[in-house]
Amino acid sequence: MNELNIESLNVSIDEKQILKNFSLTIPKGEVHTIMGPNGTGKSTLAKALAGHGDYTIDSGSATMDGEDILAMEVDEVSRAGLFLAFQYPIEIPGVSIANFIRAALNSRLPKGEDIDAVAYYTELYSEMERLGIDRKFTSRSVNEGFSGGEKKRCEILQMAMIKPKYCILDETDSGLDIDALKIVADGVNHMRSEDRGILVITHYQRLLNYIVPDYVHIIMEGRIVKSGDKSLALEVEERGYDWIKEEIAATV
Amino acid sequence: MSTEAAIDIDREKGNFSYDTDYEYDAGVGLSKDTVNYITDVKGEDDWVRAFRLKALEIFNSKPLPTHWATKDLENIDFDKFRYYLSKGQQPSRTWDDVPDDIKATFERLGIPEQERAFLAGVEAQFDSEAAYSRMKDELSKEGVIFVGSTEGLKDHPEIFRKYFGKVIPTGDNKFSALNSAVFSGGSFIYIPPGVKVKQPLQAYFRINAENFGQFERTLIIADEGAEVTYMEGCTAPKFETTTLHSAVVELVALKGAKIQYITVQNWSSNVFNLVTKRGLAEEDAEIKWIDCNIGSRLTMKYPGVILKGRGARGEVLSIALAGDGQHQDTGAKMIHAADDTTSNIIAKSISVGEGRSTYRGQVHIPKHLKGCRNNTECDALLINTNSRTDTYPAITVRGDDNSVQHEASVSKVNAEQIFYLMQRGLNEGEAMSLAVNGFINDLVKQFPMEYSVELKRLIDMEMEGSVG
Repeated sequence: MNELNIESLNVSIDEKQILKNFSLTIPKGEVHTIMGPNGTGKSTLAKALAGHGDYTIDSGSATMDGEDILAMEVDEVSRAGLFLAFQYPIEIPGVSIANFIRAALNSRLPKGEDIDAVAYYTELYSEMERLGIDRKFTSRSVNEGFSGGEKKRCEILQMAMIKPKYCILDETDSGLDIDALKIVADGVNHMRSEDRGILVITHYQRLLNYIVPDYVHIIMEGRIVKSGDKSLALEVEERGYDWIKEEIAATV
Repeated sequence: MSTEAAIDIDREKGNFSYDTDYEYDAGVGLSKDTVNYITDVKGEDDWVRAFRLKALEIFNSKPLPTHWATKDLENIDFDKFRYYLSKGQQPSRTWDDVPDDIKATFERLGIPEQERAFLAGVEAQFDSEAAYSRMKDELSKEGVIFVGSTEGLKDHPEIFRKYFGKVIPTGDNKFSALNSAVFSGGSFIYIPPGVKVKQPLQAYFRINAENFGQFERTLIIADEGAEVTYMEGCTAPKFETTTLHSAVVELVALKGAKIQYITVQNWSSNVFNLVTKRGLAEEDAEIKWIDCNIGSRLTMKYPGVILKGRGARGEVLSIALAGDGQHQDTGAKMIHAADDTTSNIIAKSISVGEGRSTYRGQVHIPKHLKGCRNNTECDALLINTNSRTDTYPAITVRGDDNSVQHEASVSKVNAEQIFYLMQRGLNEGEAMSLAVNGFINDLVKQFPMEYSVELKRLIDMEMEGSVG
């Protein structure tokens, strides 16, 4: 029960099927990585699980600690414990980071209750320090005018403050220089815990130099075609994806 | 948080009415008799009677401005309203002396509480007349006058007659003429030279009766170097029939004076709110209108400043929220009439559902002036595809030594923003509300604290009601 369990999931967008009988189980305490070429369904997986309206679930199931998340609204999935770090974080003009995260935390409390402001800011500042985010960012509008690296760090900050049970990081490493990559990886490593499952979606192996996953999965044409440990990622880095395609072709 | 509830803008909170027996009732419909009745009841001087009757003629002769304005104005049936209703003419100086039914209304709206908390003076108008009017003693000692319009014209003609109807002439528009014919209530305020009133003066306008028209008249004069902040709030119960609110507000800021006028209008959705507001700023004076329009069926209101003296400054900060079935037709006028005058207009509108918002601006800087500056920003936010927004900024700037800056934008709360906010745990209403509050945030930051808190609360409620 203590797992994010995806079984035979079929997802389409505009009647084009993207995920095909996709199955994956992430128990709490583990870090999984999904790698794959562009257009194989990596981001679709993240958004479909989060409940994005553009994606149609044709069949299959997805449960989180036994709860059916496909039946939930976007905000319900979030409050049930799933956090998605966006590949392209959205700008919210006029809403400060501090107010945004506070609203997110308040949404988890009974209506009308408010988190303790002093404790909140103490924690916020300490997390920001860890992620190398300047304090003046608390009053800046969410993602507005941020550099790519600032946006991604801000996603990790939100994740750290919300403390979800399961995290999906959708190409969080893209657009980051090596210093930013290290900081983001440190932030993720800090979140590793027996009580939390993490899924890292990435295009490149280099993030995995800093986040060592328990499992690496290769996704192609909407499903996982090969799984292994960190060495699989290194092999992909060295040889590309073609040899895996050939392997599949050979088994058919 | 004693200052939190400056004006209660919870729409349901104002939606009640107690049965009230009126001592004075001008009956239904508008004629010379109506006007004579009002002026008799008030025991006014002959010049006021003549002023009213002349205004009635002008009102009758002027067509409705439907060639540029909404056709909804034609749905106003002037023969169906009651133009004057009151229990008596003398406002009480203590809440204990206010008749029980009226007192119950204002207590329910929280007015006495706010007065104790942070106001320098309060006038509470119930239908046509103020039921309560009081100002802190130290202000009286400094020579501040804060009375109703009837009292102001009767007891202090030497101060008020000079400016009465001068900033906004009777014939300015059909509704200013209507107000001039049947005005009752409102505030007449005079701040002597150099007196800076630190806490706000507040008026609260309450419509209680059905088929009623409220026509308050306000004139505020800040003498040289004086400063004052005036706030007004308004509510009415929701009736099936229409209610008319048509005020005239004139401000006069003499040399170096500052007037800040704050409105949070939360009329019920059967109210036609057709108001004329204008200020006259002399040398180095400053007039600032903060105008928030949340309620009503139709609001047409364009607060203005005539920048008459060198170095005068005018500002309009306006927020309009048009929900289903509402039309907020608002804007600003800045008439530059001296060198080195500056004006600033920031207007933000939010249209929700079938709501419609219109911005109309007029900025006039004639050729012979030098060193004048205007900045106009109007931003509209649309919440869904049925919403509508129009912008009509008329900016006339002549002469080489004047500058003008104009920016306008229309944006939508998009589905990706809502998805992002909801992925962090906010429900759809909360997500909308946060996005809308973000849209007006830079403007609201300039408002007094008690207003920004209340505005946010109202928007939260509106947005939660707007999603299915």
